[in-house]
Amino acid sequence: MGKTVVAEHLSAFFGEHQILHDVSLEMQANQVTAIIGPSGCGKSTFIRCMNRLHETVARATMTGRVLLDDENVYEANSVWVRRTIGMVFQKPNPFPAMSIFDNVAAGLRLNGIRKKSVLAEQVERSLHMSALWDEVKDRLSAPSASLSGGQQQRLCIARALAIEPAVLLMDEPASALDPISTLRIEELIEEIKCQYTIVIVTHNLQQAARVADTTAFFLSGEIIEYGRTTDMFTTPSDKRTEDYVTGRFG
Amino acid sequence: MKSIWSAWSKNQLDRLFSSILLTFCLVIILIVGTIVYELVSRSALAILHFGFHFLTGQVWDPVHQVFGALPFIYGTVVSSVIGVILASIVGIATAILLTQYGSWRWLDLISILVELLAAIPSVVYGLWGIFILAPWLRQSVEPILNRGLGFLPLFQGQGYGVGMLAAGIILAVMILPTITAVVRDVMQAVPNELKDGALALGATKQEMVSLAILPQAKRGILGAIMLALGRALGETMAVTMVIGNRPQIAASLFAPGYSMASVIANEFTEATSKLYESSLYEIGLVLFLLTVVFYSLARLLVWRIRLQMRVNA
Ligand SMILES: Nc1ncnc2c1ncn2[C@@H]1O[C@H](COP(=O)(O)OP(=O)(O)O)[C@@H](O)[C@H]1O
Ligand SMILES: [Mg+2]
Repeated sequence: MGKTVVAEHLSAFFGEHQILHDVSLEMQANQVTAIIGPSGCGKSTFIRCMNRLHETVARATMTGRVLLDDENVYEANSVWVRRTIGMVFQKPNPFPAMSIFDNVAAGLRLNGIRKKSVLAEQVERSLHMSALWDEVKDRLSAPSASLSGGQQQRLCIARALAIEPAVLLMDEPASALDPISTLRIEELIEEIKCQYTIVIVTHNLQQAARVADTTAFFLSGEIIEYGRTTDMFTTPSDKRTEDYVTGRFG
Repeated sequence: MKSIWSAWSKNQLDRLFSSILLTFCLVIILIVGTIVYELVSRSALAILHFGFHFLTGQVWDPVHQVFGALPFIYGTVVSSVIGVILASIVGIATAILLTQYGSWRWLDLISILVELLAAIPSVVYGLWGIFILAPWLRQSVEPILNRGLGFLPLFQGQGYGVGMLAAGIILAVMILPTITAVVRDVMQAVPNELKDGALALGATKQEMVSLAILPQAKRGILGAIMLALGRALGETMAVTMVIGNRPQIAASLFAPGYSMASVIANEFTEATSKLYESSLYEIGLVLFLLTVVFYSLARLLVWRIRLQMRVNA
């Protein structure tokens, strides 16, 4: 089951440089929240604050709170946080030296699961969920680098889903992919959203319109507008949102 | 007309320039060629006289004109291997620290200190080895090793301070900058996405290093080790000062030994007979070949990584 993620008064910095300015946002459980905005406005930084990846970058700091169903993420163990809040990145990043199977099993093994049957079952289940199973079931021991870009991205989704997180962060998961692979990933989001809280960063507005229940518009490290996706695209209340969604800038 | 003339003369200038460059290149080729030729031709006497036994013979007796190089080959290889093992442990650990624990504020200082090690002249290492390292080994380290691990032949017998272990440690310190710098660069070249990928699965820092960094950096680490080995094999001065200079093969690391580079440096002036001199040349040839092999392996490994990095970029 998904968990609701709430960001409260989040400010994020790289050194002296402030990227996010007092951002608050609620990402509902079992819904898809899209984050849109021009590039460089802090979308990646924002979702990397959710699973505490931001703090792993040298000189990166933040203030504010992130709640995961009332639990303060920044008072919890960061390893636990990242196991509960999975993430898929812009560029497919399977471990190149590992096989397809081992990639999906990597997170399970980190969790101390060693039993072959359990691993095999979880790996198959995750690959089914990411709609990759049929394409790779005969070559699970092949190197992950032998897959196409779209397949690699679905492999990364399977890897993230294998440890059964409550939240799945997706940072422009389809931006490096062809239209067919993009479509597959959107279908996938549709299928799994009943079980997860999904936060997807996208610069593709149609994609946000297709997959998201709610959408937040970021500009220069601030949230300009936040609401139901249909409202955002049809009757935006802020002039800047309107300009952005109608393609007048960005 | 004029423009054709000036174009032609420019062309000629260009050709002149490139032939000057070519000449300088030829000088390098000539030097390498001469060295190889001289090594081979001057070793010929010893090669013909002793044949393959030169490499397996354990006796080095100038008085009776019997020359076997095995103790020197053994000394060079063993001291270098000790050096490389010790330097790899410290160097890889340092490189992990330098690249993965970026927030620690002493890191710059460590980085500079490691690079400074490379600037210290060999003879200074030798002095340090004689006056500080060797007494310390004799009084503290060797007795402790002997007590704790004395059941291994490696750590048996009387410790004199100077010997194989001292040479290995000196070499380790000397090649540490190489290993650290190359491994650091290789680790820095691992894409951040892979680190993020591991961390996002809930890997601890240490799990991230073994999941994302080491498999990627493996080949480069091996290259760094080969490169360092190539350096260690040929190192002369500091090793000569601490290895003990006794042509013997002893199981114990406490025992004195001798290295190929050291015997050449020490005995060249006293090589009175043709065969003696030729034997020293043949040791030089063996050392040269050994070094070339490791340098080539290192280049091959590091070069392939560079290629990989370019493909990824
Ligand atoms: N590692 C970093 N170090 C310093 N500045 C960074 C780093 N990553 C991103 N930034 C800066 O932070 C700002 C926001 O980046 P990001 O969150 O990636 O934007 P988006 O995902 O919306 O394109 C940009 O101005 C970018 O230059
Ligand atoms: Mg981004």
